[in-house]
Amino acid sequence: MFSSGAASISPSSAGRVSGPSPATDTARAAHRRKLGLRTVALVYLGLLLLAPVAMIFYRTFEHGLEPVWNSITAPNAEHAFWLSIEIVAIAVPLNTIFGIGIALLLERGRFWGKAVLGLIIDLPFAISPVVVGLSLILVYGKTGWFGDWLSEQGFQVIFSIPGMVIATAIVSLPFVARETVPVLRELGTDAEQAAETLGAGPWQTFWRVTLPGIRWGVVYGVVLTTARALGEFGAVSIVSGRIEGQTQTLPLYVQDRFENFDSTGAYTAAVVLALLALGTLLAMNLLTRRTRRKAEG
Amino acid sequence: MLICCNSILMLLVFPMQKVAMQTRTLTVAVSLLAVLAAALGLTACGSSSSSSNSLALVAYSTPQGAYEKLIPAFQATSEGKGVSFSQSFGPSGEQSRAVANGLHADVVNFSLAPDVEKLVKAGLVSPSWNQNATHGFVTNSVAVIIVRKGNPKHITGWNDLIKPGVGVLTPNPFTSGSARWNIMAAYGAQLKEGKTPAQALEYLKALFGNVVSQDSSARNALQTFLAGRGDALIDYEDEAISDEKKGAAIEYIVPSATILIQNPIAVLSGGNTAEAQKFVNYLLSPAGQAIWVSKGYRPVISGVPGAEKFPTPKSLFTIESLGGWKTVTKQFFEPETGIVTKIEQSLGVSTSK
Amino acid sequence: MSQRPNSASLQALPARRAPALGARGAGALGKGLLGIYLSILVLLPVAALLSKASTGGTHAFWREVSNPEAVAAIKLTLITSAIVVVINAVFGTLVAWVLVRDEFPGKGIVNALIDLPFALPTIVAGVVLLALYGKNSPLGIDVAFTRASVGLALLFVTLPFVVRSVQPVLLELDLAMEEAAASLGASPWTVLRRIVLPTLAPAIISGVALSFARAVGEFGSLVLITGNLPFKTDAGSVYIFGQIQDENLAAAAAVSVVLLLAALLVIALLTFALRRRSRHVL
Repeated sequence: MFSSGAASISPSSAGRVSGPSPATDTARAAHRRKLGLRTVALVYLGLLLLAPVAMIFYRTFEHGLEPVWNSITAPNAEHAFWLSIEIVAIAVPLNTIFGIGIALLLERGRFWGKAVLGLIIDLPFAISPVVVGLSLILVYGKTGWFGDWLSEQGFQVIFSIPGMVIATAIVSLPFVARETVPVLRELGTDAEQAAETLGAGPWQTFWRVTLPGIRWGVVYGVVLTTARALGEFGAVSIVSGRIEGQTQTLPLYVQDRFENFDSTGAYTAAVVLALLALGTLLAMNLLTRRTRRKAEG
Repeated sequence: MLICCNSILMLLVFPMQKVAMQTRTLTVAVSLLAVLAAALGLTACGSSSSSSNSLALVAYSTPQGAYEKLIPAFQATSEGKGVSFSQSFGPSGEQSRAVANGLHADVVNFSLAPDVEKLVKAGLVSPSWNQNATHGFVTNSVAVIIVRKGNPKHITGWNDLIKPGVGVLTPNPFTSGSARWNIMAAYGAQLKEGKTPAQALEYLKALFGNVVSQDSSARNALQTFLAGRGDALIDYEDEAISDEKKGAAIEYIVPSATILIQNPIAVLSGGNTAEAQKFVNYLLSPAGQAIWVSKGYRPVISGVPGAEKFPTPKSLFTIESLGGWKTVTKQFFEPETGIVTKIEQSLGVSTSK
Repeated sequence: MSQRPNSASLQALPARRAPALGARGAGALGKGLLGIYLSILVLLPVAALLSKASTGGTHAFWREVSNPEAVAAIKLTLITSAIVVVINAVFGTLVAWVLVRDEFPGKGIVNALIDLPFALPTIVAGVVLLALYGKNSPLGIDVAFTRASVGLALLFVTLPFVVRSVQPVLLELDLAMEEAAASLGASPWTVLRRIVLPTLAPAIISGVALSFARAVGEFGSLVLITGNLPFKTDAGSVYIFGQIQDENLAAAAAVSVVLLLAALLVIALLTFALRRRSRHVL
């Protein structure tokens, strides 16, 4: 679903009108059409995408490099950075493992209610992050369902890192499953059936045959999950308790700096986030290119 | 903390090592359990330890800058030596709700008293929290009108805000405690000027007619104003002072009739109460109050150096003179029957699509 | 793109083992764990939400949902999301077309940046859009604090969905059909309408579903830019936030449920339409 369009297809194949018009006029018209489309697309992207990106970088560095360095090395900033990484390091593997399991169930499993399972997986797409935060408080908050019991056991879920991990996992849940399902479908069961007739147990089949086959779907899913988890703001802001230096992720820190009129600090943290996101993107594009090269032999 | 996190790191790495297991089931199960255990392990790390030397401060967003000075100053005293702090700042109502829902706190400092009363109801704060010399308040301020530098629209008081063509900013009273102070300031000022309640309500209607933006918090409203929206922002005096200091192109007017904004502070029972009380005592002491004054807050005790710089409005009134927060909230801000709700609805219905 | 295991790996498999019990156990264990995971992450929170929304019964639910400010917020969110999604469908397809069928310097970079809004945290999106299209806009465009600002923010965060859904399909599209149609006398417009668009339709629909869901739920990027005028620019999710702040958890839950159902309905309808379409594809 998220492949890069690097293929070079001859652009001159847009429709040709056969009729009384001479060939050169048609080619010119086609060319004009192509240029027109390109201009519209680029203007749209320029306004909506490129300008904002340029703005982030401009606003960050407009006062020079030193304020940026100070912002990066501020203790709260560093803590926010590592906290974000830590949360992602837990939520993403969990979502990957269970995402693959869900995809397997959806494509290879035989049971009633598959549609329901699919809907459950898509739920995080449909819930606003704010609502995710709200529902977590309803479940784990002191006045919620399990709050009292949990605090008696000494577990602090809400307003602590576990709650933030759960919130992050929820909003980034669907990606691995969604990316893996189509690949599983295309892979087909032939190889798996062949493996079974040759005597492989189900786990061996999974590890040696299925997993390598769905590898790229899983990888795409992981990259998307990571991007989503890194940038999660709404749900985490509600369940975090905003404790400086303890429960502030990088997105929360951006807001905190912005609210304290430390615009350089805010934009710097935003640049860090954007770079992490771009890094994830780069990994994605590199992998796409490898896939295409493999597919083209 | 470090040891805790190191062991968690090891748990995360463990499943990645290729361990020869008898069945794949076991491998997968162990990996899953390891990751889950890592998550739970973080629970143990994450759960707050209330050692006798740490205090958890949960406050509304405005005094964040003040605490940057107050806490180190407290830690320099004999009472505060060796005390470590965790700080959380956010919208007053949200913070109050968080504490009620389990956010660990030893000291709470909110924008208005009802946010502390919520915690009394939740059994976290003693009902006698405000039975002290300062009635539970730690700082005062007044509602002021912030305008652009040079005051191009020549705004001198509340009545100028309802003139046609004047854009007014105030946070959303249904999401921000600060906004409620602002509205009651405007309303109360009308009463103080001799208007009847009915006329004061007319004024409020006209005021809301001029409101061009209601951000979710006072901070956001300030951002919006600084971004160029509107001509006048109703805000706290201490915010105005700190922004002027930061060099924003603004100035502010203290209206002749305005409300005294009183911000409460309370110690939570069941936490590190002894140390927390020492901290609150410091904040109420002359030394602490002097720091508050330097940050633009009016003191709650007399004789604090620097307090002379605050102009005294001719007619200063408190929320008590309007009936107290309980009555005012019910009368004005009830989600369906409140006066302000009705005003907003009537404006929305006539001006929306 | 399917990967066939090579013969070497197949031959490396050991002889047939004792069947069933271990496998069934593992299957059950897996399903059980999966169930627990999904419950913790999705079912439990949604159940709590529904439960809270229905405290007080359907009467109270209806009252909370039909209060004028809630209605205005819901309407604003749904209508704006719908408009945004239509714009996305048109321009997203256009952008995908240009990226696949055209060549120009810097195309690779532009293509890589398409995913940025998706990967960028919403709070950053909000900050940047405010800087760019607010009062101090270097481009002289000021839409902050109007309804257009909500639309702009939503356009930004949903940009990649349609583009990335359509691109792969466009790549696979067989040009032979278009060329055949052209040689038979079809104008470019007819080719587009009769051949290209129908093939792209499932992908566009899929992208539209995702965009709509994301737009309806959008929060962080809207808080800063829109100015939150009740009844005018108070988007649904911001309204919910306000209700939460006010301790009206039941009201917040009620409106959340409505928005959630709306998004789910759209996703379900579109998925259904998709499945029906794909049955008609040759």
